[in-house]
Amino acid sequence: MSLFNFALRAGRHNLVIANHLNPIQRALSTSQVRFQQRLLVVADHNNETITPITFNAIAAANKIGGSVEVLLITNQPDKLVNQVEKAEHVSKVLVANHTLFEQVLAERMAPVILNLHNKSPFTHIIAGANSFGANVLPRVAAKLNVRPITGVIGINAPDTFLRPIYGGQAIQTYKSKDGVKIFTARATAFQKVEQESANKATVEQVEVPVAEVEEAAKMTQMVGQELNKSERPDLTSASRVVSGGRGLKSKENFELVFKLAEKLGAAVGASRAAVDAGYVPNDMQVGQTGKMIAPELYVAVGISGAIQHLSGMKDSKTIVAINKDSEAPIFQVADLGLEADLFKAVPEMTEKL
Amino acid sequence: MALRILVGCKRVIDYAVKVRVRPDKAGVVTEGVKHSMNPFDEIAVEEAVRLKEKKVASDIIAFSCGSQASKEVLRTALAMGADQAILVDSDKVQPEPLDIARMLAKIVQDEKINLVLLGKQAIDDDSGQVAPLLSSLLNWPQALCVSKLEKNGDHLDITREIDGGLEMLKLSLPAVISCDLRLNEPRYATLPNIMKAKKKPIVEKKPKDLGVELESMGTVERIEDPPQREGGTRVKDVDELLAKLKEIGRI
Repeated sequence: MSLFNFALRAGRHNLVIANHLNPIQRALSTSQVRFQQRLLVVADHNNETITPITFNAIAAANKIGGSVEVLLITNQPDKLVNQVEKAEHVSKVLVANHTLFEQVLAERMAPVILNLHNKSPFTHIIAGANSFGANVLPRVAAKLNVRPITGVIGINAPDTFLRPIYGGQAIQTYKSKDGVKIFTARATAFQKVEQESANKATVEQVEVPVAEVEEAAKMTQMVGQELNKSERPDLTSASRVVSGGRGLKSKENFELVFKLAEKLGAAVGASRAAVDAGYVPNDMQVGQTGKMIAPELYVAVGISGAIQHLSGMKDSKTIVAINKDSEAPIFQVADLGLEADLFKAVPEMTEKL
Repeated sequence: MALRILVGCKRVIDYAVKVRVRPDKAGVVTEGVKHSMNPFDEIAVEEAVRLKEKKVASDIIAFSCGSQASKEVLRTALAMGADQAILVDSDKVQPEPLDIARMLAKIVQDEKINLVLLGKQAIDDDSGQVAPLLSSLLNWPQALCVSKLEKNGDHLDITREIDGGLEMLKLSLPAVISCDLRLNEPRYATLPNIMKAKKKPIVEKKPKDLGVELESMGTVERIEDPPQREGGTRVKDVDELLAKLKEIGRI
């Protein structure tokens, strides 16, 4: 089918002018063999640091093929641009700068992405599958009449994505029929791109639709944050994780897990049972409703291995289970299982390391 | 002004069931499998009822979209304290989050709703999209994964769970909220309330009544089992465990 026929069939344009083409038509006009993708990654950050998952999202974008544009919506571009401009596969850093972006809120970010896309359409709009991506991208998708795809773990084709459902008990292959594909990518499924490559992206300012952002800022204000500061590695990106469950029996006993983690240089996680019992704060929860992680080594201490917990950690490279219940389901996924009383085994292990 | 609350209730396979993928890879086995209200939706219903008990809310409308069997979950919501319910019969087509958001947006307008409470995600499709899609369609503020909610004059004071901790927000009303596990502990419906719920109205609608054309998009190509882990080995003591971990280079 010739480009001309395609444009006629689309029925929108009498004149074929490249700038007025929709993304698919534009792709056809630029390459006859292969679709040229225009990939936008929306960076997650706290106006100080780019969140690591952004580099996983860039890797997911690159998998589709083509160079990646990264959008920074911020009031502190000077701090952030240099953290992303040398990242592998990034061709352009787009900066939307406004004082109202001091607060990283979905209502203020969405109009910028929409405005940018409407002026010069992307084929894919991508963010990491974390609380930022989950908040912002659907807000953009609804306005574009697009069905977003959350938690992507694999890309079969530019329009075909794999995502876990039922807490990871099944994998769905989803083919998007929308003009622009809007999705969030799981950090555990895409290896971060190199952040200090030889390549250096060009930096471009983009327009901020100020009236809309001001309108949005009236609806929602951030009044505070309580972040759990810790010396330990970040749970979602740690290469080793030690998690505790109900078997620890008390908040005080959880100290055993912290000590073992310290010896291993590991992050500390928990099952929902441990969180609900008040042993540890809930941002340490691993599972369907908590964090999805895939470290090199996962040590489950006193965790039975309910479906909801397994869905958060079963992609770990090596799983170790320490549990005194020989029937505990955790042993079915553990590479190395030690059937023992954790109150004896864990201190012994800590000591011998 | 007391709030009129719309609360979403999805009928899903019970959270404790081990899901099985159908041999034809067209979905998962649902026949003869225990279903119940999505756990996050129970929390949303509970929060709505508590707001009514505090006289912050005047009316609670429970919504579900699915087969006739979804009436069960609406009855549960009514027994927990919702005043009326709307069932959108979606026949055999599996609606996607955007379809649901469009239906909810129409009900919000028809019923003059000023607060929508939803679960943070359904435990079947794990999308977590309806709340942000809906708030976008309505141009309302949103707060996802909320663990604390209070009405203060003409706005809501919210605590939401984010990566690494908590975020406190001030939201103007009307608003869309998605509820996280720690927002509350849902009540059990008592027998008298279950009996009373039978008299409460469930209005049935079709998607097209709400201006939504559900067509089989064919967007889900197949559903498969996740890669299975190979069965591991048991070790007899800590020494053997440490030796094996060293052997494979994990410590």
